[in-house]
Amino acid sequence: MNDTPRQQLVSRFVDKAKAVSAFVTEISSLDEAIAYTLDLCGSRGACRIKISGCEEALSPPAGELCLTKQAKIVAAPDLDPELFQRLAEACSEAGFACLRDGMRQHLGGIDIGFTIADLGIAETGTLVLNCPGEDLRLATMISEYHVAVLPKGSIVADGFAAESQLRKYLHRTPDYTAFITGASRTADIERVLAMGVHGPLELHILLLED
Amino acid sequence: MQDAKNLKEYRQTIQESLGNDFLRRALDTFAVTYRASRARAFAEFDVQQLVDEVAAAKDAVLPRLLELYSEFKKNAEDAGVKVHFAKDAAEANRLVAEIAERSGSKKIIKSKSMTAEETLLNHALEDRGLEVVETDLGEWIIQLRHEGPSHMVMPAIHLSRYQVKDLFSEVTGARQEPDIEKLVKVARRELRSKFVEADMGITGANFAIADTGTIGLVTNEGNARLVTTLPRVHVALLGIDKLVPTVDDAMKILRVLPRNATGQNLTSYVTWITGANECRSAADKKKEIHFIVLDNGRLEMAKDPLFSQVFRCVRCGACANVCPVYRLVGGHKMGHIYIGAIGLILTYFFHGPEKARNIVQNCINCEACKDICAGGIDLPRLIKQVHVRIQDKEGHPLPSLLLARVMKSRKLFHTLLRTAKWAQRPVAGGDGFMRHLPMMFFKEHDFKALPTVADKPFRDRFAELAQPRENIRFRVGLFSGCVQDFVYPEQMEAAFTLFADHGCAMSFPMEQSCCGLPLQMMGEMATSRSVAEQNLRAFEREGVDYIVTLCASCASHLKHNYPVLLGDDPLLQDKVRQFTAKVIDFSSFARDVLGLDATAFTGQGQAATFHSPCHLCRGLGVHEAPRRLLEAAGYDFREADESEVCCGFGGTFSAKFPELSAELLRKKLDNVEKTGAELLLTDCPGCVMQLRGGLKKRGSTIVVQHTAEALAARKKKGG
Repeated sequence: MNDTPRQQLVSRFVDKAKAVSAFVTEISSLDEAIAYTLDLCGSRGACRIKISGCEEALSPPAGELCLTKQAKIVAAPDLDPELFQRLAEACSEAGFACLRDGMRQHLGGIDIGFTIADLGIAETGTLVLNCPGEDLRLATMISEYHVAVLPKGSIVADGFAAESQLRKYLHRTPDYTAFITGASRTADIERVLAMGVHGPLELHILLLED
Repeated sequence: MQDAKNLKEYRQTIQESLGNDFLRRALDTFAVTYRASRARAFAEFDVQQLVDEVAAAKDAVLPRLLELYSEFKKNAEDAGVKVHFAKDAAEANRLVAEIAERSGSKKIIKSKSMTAEETLLNHALEDRGLEVVETDLGEWIIQLRHEGPSHMVMPAIHLSRYQVKDLFSEVTGARQEPDIEKLVKVARRELRSKFVEADMGITGANFAIADTGTIGLVTNEGNARLVTTLPRVHVALLGIDKLVPTVDDAMKILRVLPRNATGQNLTSYVTWITGANECRSAADKKKEIHFIVLDNGRLEMAKDPLFSQVFRCVRCGACANVCPVYRLVGGHKMGHIYIGAIGLILTYFFHGPEKARNIVQNCINCEACKDICAGGIDLPRLIKQVHVRIQDKEGHPLPSLLLARVMKSRKLFHTLLRTAKWAQRPVAGGDGFMRHLPMMFFKEHDFKALPTVADKPFRDRFAELAQPRENIRFRVGLFSGCVQDFVYPEQMEAAFTLFADHGCAMSFPMEQSCCGLPLQMMGEMATSRSVAEQNLRAFEREGVDYIVTLCASCASHLKHNYPVLLGDDPLLQDKVRQFTAKVIDFSSFARDVLGLDATAFTGQGQAATFHSPCHLCRGLGVHEAPRRLLEAAGYDFREADESEVCCGFGGTFSAKFPELSAELLRKKLDNVEKTGAELLLTDCPGCVMQLRGGLKKRGSTIVVQHTAEALAARKKKGG
């Protein structure tokens, strides 16, 4: 069976994203994305009051910041209002907080940041996220888990193919655009790879059928 | 940070590094894994093409540098950023401090910036009572330890988990475990509380795009995103060399930078910032942003016809990753602030000759850095040129002057070599090695046995050798180099008989002298040029098809450096071109020109392995020829680990830094012994000297020969 060029692009994206430890799942509707997020937060245990690192022996200021987190939190800034409504209702039913803004009040940490990516770059398994608003930026940085929906049709071959779109962003000032490839990582101690040094510990990419 | 006052003090600090087992193990493992992951990351690409594109993009910036700066400044300022120009480190630091003062910033967080390391920004800010916290994990660790980075992209590679555990126990006031995952989590939480409080964030920049006034930041941890989002003020300090015209140029660099730095296809985060972004903690909800563009020696560099290529550097750190000397001594001994090959050069321009004087001599000239550079910078040449500039200004040391004086006259040089034969007699061992080292100069040289000078140099034997009488295919000029002429004439004779069997009529111009590479290594450029011209003249009227040399270093020097040394003389240009076009190394000549294959040889040979001389594999790009020849000659060829890593000879390097030379040799011989080969072959008499001397000292039975000798031993009689 011969794949179409589009299918090849998608499977290349999946391979490269998985190579940097991203979790990739194919979905056919945004409802599935909501269900995935709720499942991750709840039964798969991603959402916790006491989050990663807070169980370690910390200095008093760091310890106090941990204590500011008192709920299981999903954040989804910049989502279209109707979709946010659906996510928020599902969260509320499950007993999770669902935030649309005000990330600065939750710098102790949130559990899941939920976003829709603008582009995918197959060559490196990268998500492009245009995020001039600070809440969207913060939701993808102070979260323990980042769940990003990527429409399959938004996948391009490489950085050069993403250029025309990127140029549009950069000319629309002010602008802040992020390339995100896998989760936050470091190898600064003995070159041993460790995830989640500052940003998300895990990146979950939900590939949405066009 | 390397601050030794003189070479002696510098060598003492090197000894300390050699005694650091953890550092040595860490860098050894890294050197091997880096090569593999880099190869994987580039598997789908023609690396040379990508490197050429980076070089072309950066070279195109140079003539338009100030114009691009104006364009960048205008576009950034139109988008609400204030752009400043700083002529030196002090001015850059003062600008940052003034911005902090005016904006009422007391607490500052930083993401990693080599430019801020260069200006010693943290010290300047702390002196004014400001709190500065590095947020890149490695940078935070070394900041807490009051150290400089030991690698450009892995600043704390010299430290163990136990040292980090102790440090973090101190910082948190609580006992930590030596568990890397846990230590990383501790850093996550400790630094998060610093992010929350900060008034100002400082970053560097990997790109400054003139077309849009954008800066690009390349990170793995994501700390730069927080540094540029949470505080109400953002200051980016960047060298003017980071300017590129368009986003397309940035993409070209981005395709190479992470792959070359760490073997990643891309880092976890690349952040593009244009204009005064939303910041909800600022009064007007807009972040106050300043870009400080730093000169600090860069504009002078951009104007320099030779050193302007340094602008191609993308700060990937790969030149350290592959440097055999860095691998032994680590970054703190291999640079002042910038480390590795590029560090030796940048130190001179950014921090002055005083800081560069010693470290610049610690280059073994193996060309591994040049081979790996993301911008195709000729790093070894620039390092040597820095040495020359310092020496020309501050005066040449005595041994260097003596060498130059002697070499300037071929007759004087060769007379001295002939006299050495008599002088060594009381200590010569009768087995081709010196029994004792007669001179104080060599007292640290006892890691290898040194050869004696041959009874009769090749130049005195040449006339007696039998030339072929018929079926002449090529006229070949032999260039012996000093070592094969006076120490190992038998290697030349082996090549001679092999070539004669295959229709080569040979000549040996008697006026040929040293190729000049040792002079170049010592920074004696004037004499280096003068011997180059002598050699050019010596072969001028020979009318040969090829100039063959059995010494890879000579070949590479003749071929690549002569055009540079003599090319500016309009009367010599054509002659140099003709000369260098004819120069070829032994193995390439034997395989590619003579076409020697299995039919030229007979019988079965022993188990053999090959050491690739630096100037063969990297200098000339020859990898296959010697190996395939040995197989053709019936040897049981076994590839050794790291067969293309330097053996530690490096000409005068091994006299200047014997302790480093000895360590490189030890690793090399360990890898050779692991193959179980009985015969070790190579294409360079300097390597033969180093390898043979080391194996003799070990009491090993492995025989070291030039490839020419091994092939001659198996050739069909009579040809």
